Amino acid sequence: MADSDQQGQFHQEVSLLDVSGIETGYDDLQILWNVGINVRRGERVIVLGANGAGKTTLLKALVGLLPAWKGAIHLNGEAVQGMRIDRRISRGVSYLSEVGVVAGLTIEENLRIGGYHLASGAVRSQMAVMYDFFPDLRARRREAAASLSGGQRKMLAVAKALMSRPQLVIMDEPSAGLSPLFVSEVISMVNRFHGEGISFLVAEQNVKFLEIADRVYVLDAGRMIFSGTVEELHKNDALERAYFGVYG
Amino acid sequence: MRKNKLSNAIILVGLAILFILAPLLYPNQSVPFQMMAYMALAQGINLLYGFTGYLPFGYVGFFGSGAYGVSVLVLLLHWSVIPAVIGGGLVAVAVALLLSPLLRLSGAYFSIGSLAASEIVYYIVSNPNMQNITQGPYGVNLAGVYAPNTSYYAMLVILLIFTAVVMYVKNSTFGMSLLAIKEDPVSAAMCGVNVVRNRVVIWLASAFAAGLAGAVYGWYVSVFYPSSVFDLTISIFAIVFTLFGGGGTVLGPIVGTIVLYGLYNTIGVSSPQYFQLIYGLLIVVLVMFLPQGLTSLLKRRGINVP
Repeated sequence: MADSDQQGQFHQEVSLLDVSGIETGYDDLQILWNVGINVRRGERVIVLGANGAGKTTLLKALVGLLPAWKGAIHLNGEAVQGMRIDRRISRGVSYLSEVGVVAGLTIEENLRIGGYHLASGAVRSQMAVMYDFFPDLRARRREAAASLSGGQRKMLAVAKALMSRPQLVIMDEPSAGLSPLFVSEVISMVNRFHGEGISFLVAEQNVKFLEIADRVYVLDAGRMIFSGTVEELHKNDALERAYFGVYG
Repeated sequence: MRKNKLSNAIILVGLAILFILAPLLYPNQSVPFQMMAYMALAQGINLLYGFTGYLPFGYVGFFGSGAYGVSVLVLLLHWSVIPAVIGGGLVAVAVALLLSPLLRLSGAYFSIGSLAASEIVYYIVSNPNMQNITQGPYGVNLAGVYAPNTSYYAMLVILLIFTAVVMYVKNSTFGMSLLAIKEDPVSAAMCGVNVVRNRVVIWLASAFAAGLAGAVYGWYVSVFYPSSVFDLTISIFAIVFTLFGGGGTVLGPIVGTIVLYGLYNTIGVSSPQYFQLIYGLLIVVLVMFLPQGLTSLLKRRGINVP
């Protein structure tokens, strides 16, 4: 028992994603200054920030959609900055963008493409897991993703991101455009899959996500102004300094 | 899935029977031969356009490269004809590899870029200074390996192979990744799809289809000129046949070629003065009312088109 506790602690301590000194932007416009972030195994880390704080830019740099001008990105201890996107993804990262689905493909095809790196048997079994969790998707599996409502599309996007059995799911504003009911569903889904050992890095401006956060970062105007637990955040004025769009 | 396999098998067997019987029923063997050649080209374009959205106006460049590839390998290097045909296909693949930076372009820019590239290949091949290798503008004579019947069946084999390739791509994860790339390359990349590699693979496969078809065409006709195997009309016909039938399906390019090439050989021969008019009208009607091609009529009725 003591061994397993120690092992659990060890897993918590091992950094899945370790980012330090990231600076990047678009053309000559610098968006991020010396940003560092760390996600340990089994953690749910929330990056809070107002619109324009640089959350999406940070996530794009992490997955390779945007080159990092400076800094280091380590995934499971391996330096991945400069590595192609698909290679980063094949190392156990899944990225849920704000769009998230391929509208012209059917629901089933979206799920299959989500599990692109899995063997066909694994795709089938993972798809069954997703259909169990999202029964609405099973019922409409042959329909085009374009036919889904905004909330259903988000569900499909989440299911697609989870198809590859990732170690780390990076989510960009999963609550964007969703009703409070769907936001709660997304949060319960994060909890459910966190219970299965998946780590989450969620960029949000909706503070409701603090309910499930193990640790929080606050990004303001391209600089990280806070890092700590939710309790520490409540004792800090970082929340007041950054605009979240939602006030409790 | 089983239904798909059955319909695919029916299409392959149907094509084989059609073109094995055609020379027995139709006195002029070159008509079904050319129909097969266009069908193979249309399937090659289908691989590229149907699954990635790239429309290569300069597709004939690969066809001509294949034809000249076989001639150089037979006349200069004295290869026997079957390996030379495969070599001709590989010459087209090599040309495609050189031209793969074109895939950085999209839409009309890619189409025009590919057209310009095929013109470059044409001018290199037809350059009088290339006479020692390609015979320059003076044409090629492969009379030593002339074998119309064997080359006829070689074209049938190529058609069947590339129809089967389209079937594979359509039903594979690879094909689905191409469709995802066509729709949203970033989203596809975020699923771990290697966007650049997959695009290049299908580009090379498409060029191989045209190269092999060109190589067998060169073997079949045995005497040809740069202007005849790099003729832009070949690209246009193959593209129109694909679009008319419906890209991204196995059946579309086959139906498109049978209908339009059939029409070309009936109206085009009997009443050539009306041919362009009827052809033009058909294409206008198609673009306006059936932009996804004839097979989309079936899809609209919920019928699964292979």
